[in-house]
Formats: sequence, C-alpha cells, structure tokens
Amino acid sequence: MPVRLRKAALPYLLLLPGLGWLLLFFAIPLVYMAFESLKSGSPFAGGFQLTWEFSNYTDALKDYDEQFIRSFEYAGLATLIALLIGYPLAYVIAFRGGRWKNAMLLLVIVPFFVTYLIRTLSWETILSDSGIVVNTLQAVGIVGDAGRLLDTTVSVVAGITYNFLPFMILPLYASLERVDPRMLEAGYDLYGRRRDVFRHVTLPLSMPGVVAGVLLTFIPAAGDFINAQLLGTPKQYMIGNVIQSRYLVVNDYPTAAALSFLLMAFMLILVVIWARIAGTEALLGTEGERR
Amino acid sequence: MSAALRRRGLDWLLNGYGLLALVYLLVPIAVIVVFSFNDPVGRFNFLWNEFSLDAWKHPFAVQGVGDALKTSLEIAAMSTVIATALGTLTALALVRYEFKGRGPVNFFIFIPLATPEVVLGAALLSQFLNWGSPQLGFATILIAHVMFNLSFVVITVRSRLIGFDRSLEEAAQDLGATPWETFRLVTLPLIMPGVISAALLAFALSIDDFVITNFNSGSTITFPLFIWGAARVAVPPQIYVIATMIFLFTVAMMILTVWQQRRAEKMAAVRPDEPEPAAPRPAPAPA
Repeated sequence: MPVRLRKAALPYLLLLPGLGWLLLFFAIPLVYMAFESLKSGSPFAGGFQLTWEFSNYTDALKDYDEQFIRSFEYAGLATLIALLIGYPLAYVIAFRGGRWKNAMLLLVIVPFFVTYLIRTLSWETILSDSGIVVNTLQAVGIVGDAGRLLDTTVSVVAGITYNFLPFMILPLYASLERVDPRMLEAGYDLYGRRRDVFRHVTLPLSMPGVVAGVLLTFIPAAGDFINAQLLGTPKQYMIGNVIQSRYLVVNDYPTAAALSFLLMAFMLILVVIWARIAGTEALLGTEGERR
Repeated sequence: MSAALRRRGLDWLLNGYGLLALVYLLVPIAVIVVFSFNDPVGRFNFLWNEFSLDAWKHPFAVQGVGDALKTSLEIAAMSTVIATALGTLTALALVRYEFKGRGPVNFFIFIPLATPEVVLGAALLSQFLNWGSPQLGFATILIAHVMFNLSFVVITVRSRLIGFDRSLEEAAQDLGATPWETFRLVTLPLIMPGVISAALLAFALSIDDFVITNFNSGSTITFPLFIWGAARVAVPPQIYVIATMIFLFTVAMMILTVWQQRRAEKMAAVRPDEPEPAAPRPAPAPA
C-alpha cells in the first residue's frame, strides 16, 4: 500500500475494533429491539410475530404513564437534591481543599468501591423500622409512632440521590477546579462582594460542570429500578421496574421493547434540549481536540 | 469588624456543610463495614444484635457466593482487558487524526452513556434472543460488559491524550524512530496513566454491574446477581464481609496506582500534566 494511503486509512483501522463492537452490540441490538417492539402475539402460544403493531407504543404509554411520570419526578427530585448537596461540597474541595484536595476527592468516589446493590442494602439497614434514624425521628415527632421511612417515596428518592451523587460531584469539581483564581481576584479588586463574585464569576464558569452533572445524574436515575425495588413498594415503582419485569418476568417482549424506546426517546430529547442550552462541546467533552 | 465576623461565620458554615456532605457519602459504607461484624437475628442483617467474627472467619460459608464472586472477577478482568485495548485505539484515532466523520463518531460513542442501562440490557437481550446464539451466560455477559465499558474507556483515555505534548513524538521521529517505535517507546508510556485509570474504571464498573448483566446472564450468576437473589430471601452478614473485602482491595489498588504514578512522574524528567503557562482566560459574559 502506498504510504499516503496507509496514513489516510490508519485512523479508520484504529477505530474499527472499538466501533465495530459498539455497532454490533449496541447499535444493531437497538434495531432488533425496534422490530421486537412492533410484534404482537403471546409468549406462550406460538411466540411473537412482526405485525407492525404501532399501537404497542400508545398502549404502553397509556398503561404505564404513571410510572413514566414518577420516574421523571423521582429523578428530577434526586438530581436537584444532589446538586444542592454536591455543589457546596465540590466548591469546598476545589477552593478550600488545599493539600487535602485529593484525599477528599477519593472520599467522594469511595461509595463506588462498594457494590451498588450493597450500598442500597445499606440504606435499607439505615432506614429500617426501629433502626436508629426512624427511632430518632419518632422521638422528635417528625415521624409518627407507627410511621416508617422504608418503603416510602422518601427512601426511594434518598437511595437514588445517594447512589448517583458522585456523578454530580465529579464534573462539578472538574469545572470549579479549572476556574482561574485570578478571575476571582479580579472580581474582588473591582469591589465585588462575595456574592457578586460568586454570581458573576464562579457560577458562570462552573456551568459546564452543572450541565454535565445534571445529565450524568438524571439519566441513570430515571432509568433506575433497583432503589424502587429494594427501598420501595410497587407504589414507588418506576419505568425501569416495568421494563425489567415485562422483559424478564412476564416475557412480554413487545411492550418492554416499546417502553425502552419511549424511555430512550425521552432521554434523547432531554439531552438535545440540554445540548442546545449548554453547547455540545461541554457535553461531549471534546473541548481542546485537534481541529 | 462585624463584616469580617460574618465572613468567617459563612466560611465555617460552608466548610461544615461540605463536611456534612462527605459524612453523608461515607455513612452507608461505614454501616456495611460495621454490620459485617454483626450476628443478626433472623435472615436479614438489618438490625444490630451483637458483635461477632463468625462471618469474617467463614466469608464463603453461604452457598454459591464464592462461585458468583469468581465469575464476577473473571468477567471483570477479561472485559477490562478487551475494553481498554479497543477503547485506547479508538481514543487515539479520535484525538490524533483528522478524518471524515470524526464528529459523528464522537457522538456515537457518547450515546451509550446517555442511554439508560435497562435499555442497553434489553436491546442486547432482544438481539441474543433473535440470534438464538450464543447461549445466554458467561459469553453474553462478557460481550455486554465490554460494550458498556468501551465508551468510558474512550472518554477517559481521550481526556489524557488531549493534554499531550506532541513535540515529544516529533523528537522521537527526528531521532529516527519508526512510527511503531515512537508509539511503543514514547506515546504509550506517556498515556499510560490515562490507560490505567480507564482500566481501573472499567474493572470497577464491570464488577459492580447488575442491570445489564441481569438481562443477559441466563443462568450464570455474578456477585451482584447473587446479592439480588439474596436480597429477597436472606441477607447474611457474609455479603457485607465480601463487600468490605472488595472495598478494601479497591482502595488499596487505587492508592497503589496513585503512589506509583507519582513516583513515575517524579522519576521521569517529563511531566505531561505540567500546566502550560496559562493564557488569560476569556472573561465570562456578564450575567
């Protein structure tokens, strides 16, 4: 092969294995799922046939609108709480961390070192009836004597918030860390008060982190079903629970596939809107690439 | 005076809040460690009864947990190696070369990250069901894990490559190194920290994954699947013991890597992540 051609082909050759894998096991499966979502029939008598059953989508949306709405409510709430917890913490680490910066960052990702399911079981332990938290809250009178935390909306949202919190903190920290201290000094030199400097300098400069953090928290949160299953009851079930049980318990593949696509579509719409607001570069993390 | 006082009060408040947030992150982990020493009444390890070392003495006494852990470790190791290799090549192509379709490729790699895990798992299952092969089990779990790890590896390695000093490679080539030698002797050692972080991340994600595995596992049981099954019938303290062990192991690996990298960077004359002399950044638009 002539050298020039080989040079031109090189990037594609490098891409081939990785992209091939994603094509074969991510993109094409979506096509299969698309066909699956348009089938009708039953798992018992003769299986499912492709009949271009578009009503699967409207039926799924009608039957499970409650779980869809709940998913977005819980995920939105958890994202908001994570932002409220995560921003100040990221700020403290970035600007006050000093030589403890790396140690504190390590502590932020420590929860990731414990299996997700066990972290959730730990919340089951913490919030369990007659556990310390419930007893304390009962003594103070916030929770009634027969009241409980486990199997309520509170426990599910708390679990989701906790499990995805590091996804919020890390991008926040990354963007706050990059804020040039000289910019803040300039703000103070110009007689900005603290809150002015924060509002007009720090906050705008950390916006890419907020954007990425919100997305990284919201997406997995809205699709989650583990927290609702372990910390809630069917009254707290989210759309993930429905997809999981339709697929693996009831074997109702068409409905599950349709629900999956609806969920994915909602997510993509959100990402696109978000990208419009925030700019794709911050989103894809491609700033600074060779152009 | 009162302004200064208020300022200090605010400082304390903020630091305290940050500390509280850290505590919130760590309490559930502490609970797991503490409850691994519990001798629970009944089948669930949710209420403190009394201190016991039984679970630590016989961590694999619960039937099936050892096999599940072994399967998890095997899949994590294999998927890490494959995903790190493929992902590093992809990242190299994306950062180092200009070619047609780079934008779409970047986007394509981002989509799996923006897709809920249930959807990833369900789609892959649809394909396997239609193909009828391979039989759901070890192989399909491995395929799935490489798939969801790839994007993470690409993004991690890419972020390392972006801050990369190309003049070093040019120097190598000027000194007569072939492209392969340049890659092996210059590029690879320099991006190694990024590759290692990516591999660690992939390993952690793989050993932790439940949702996607759950869809594609057939009758094979990984450690998270074992816990899922256990969570409904009984949660023995052994599960907490193994979780604590994995936790300690990961922390040790992490500290070792950081320490190793520090040492390597100290020894090498070149420090790739030395900040460039900063150009003044553009001012933010006034709000």
